[in-house]
Amino acid sequence: MKLQKSTLLALCSVLEFAAQPGRQFSTAEIAGKYAASPHHLAKVLGKLRRAGLVKAARGSGGGYRFSGNAKRVTLLDVIALFETVGSRAPRASRRDLERAVDQVLAEIDETARATFGSITLETMLKLARRPKAAPGRGP
Amino acid sequence: MIHLNKIRGARRRDLAQVVEIDARITGLRKPAYWAGILRRYGGRDPGRFFLVFVQKEEVQGYVVGEVRDWEFGSPPCGWVFGIGVRPETRLRGTGTRLLEEICAAFRRRKVEKVRTLLARDNALVLAFFRSQGMMAAPFIALERDL
Repeated sequence: MKLQKSTLLALCSVLEFAAQPGRQFSTAEIAGKYAASPHHLAKVLGKLRRAGLVKAARGSGGGYRFSGNAKRVTLLDVIALFETVGSRAPRASRRDLERAVDQVLAEIDETARATFGSITLETMLKLARRPKAAPGRGP
Repeated sequence: MIHLNKIRGARRRDLAQVVEIDARITGLRKPAYWAGILRRYGGRDPGRFFLVFVQKEEVQGYVVGEVRDWEFGSPPCGWVFGIGVRPETRLRGTGTRLLEEICAAFRRRKVEKVRTLLARDNALVLAFFRSQGMMAAPFIALERDL
């Protein structure tokens, strides 16, 4: 499973904001942390703002802060702003093998959608705070 | 008012409320099913659990599960196969307390893992289990038409 660069940047940004909901972050701070261009990040944050997940404040002390509900917003809510996960339209193909391949791909897509849709930002933050498992051992 | 809340084994007199909670969540009334669950999981079998969260004599939620040995090739582990909370009392920690209680019971049976199985589209309960730290298990559920 691979997400586009913008999607990953959006997820990391929104999680940074949600981790400290009262705090205002500058674009430069997030861009520096995730090695993103300020221009690219500004576009990503614009989409998050239009979706109501972040609020922007102008001026010298300006920046962005979280304005969503971390208990309700899921990873899928954020990802869906940037790309489509699953629900691919079946190809109008008459070949049995292509149909079979499409069926397996759809199965993978549905699992991905369910996974992203079941993880809220709050759960994700808990996951990030969990101590790392020792090498060679499961979580 | 903590003393008014408690988690205990389900009793016959709780069944009507459990059926009602389940019906409100799933849209289906299943009294015979729940009577069977009480018979099989509300008894003295030390590896089976049917617990209810009671507040002022009213059942607020339930959880059902058991320890299963070597099923699906897995070492003994706890399985939770039913959890429900009154819709109006959600987000008050009832589900969390029920899950904690059944996990504690599993631990007393010396198992180190808890598992559950859910429909992919059951976003609410999936999100609940995720919020409790549960992750995808190394199993894949399969089915086919008969």
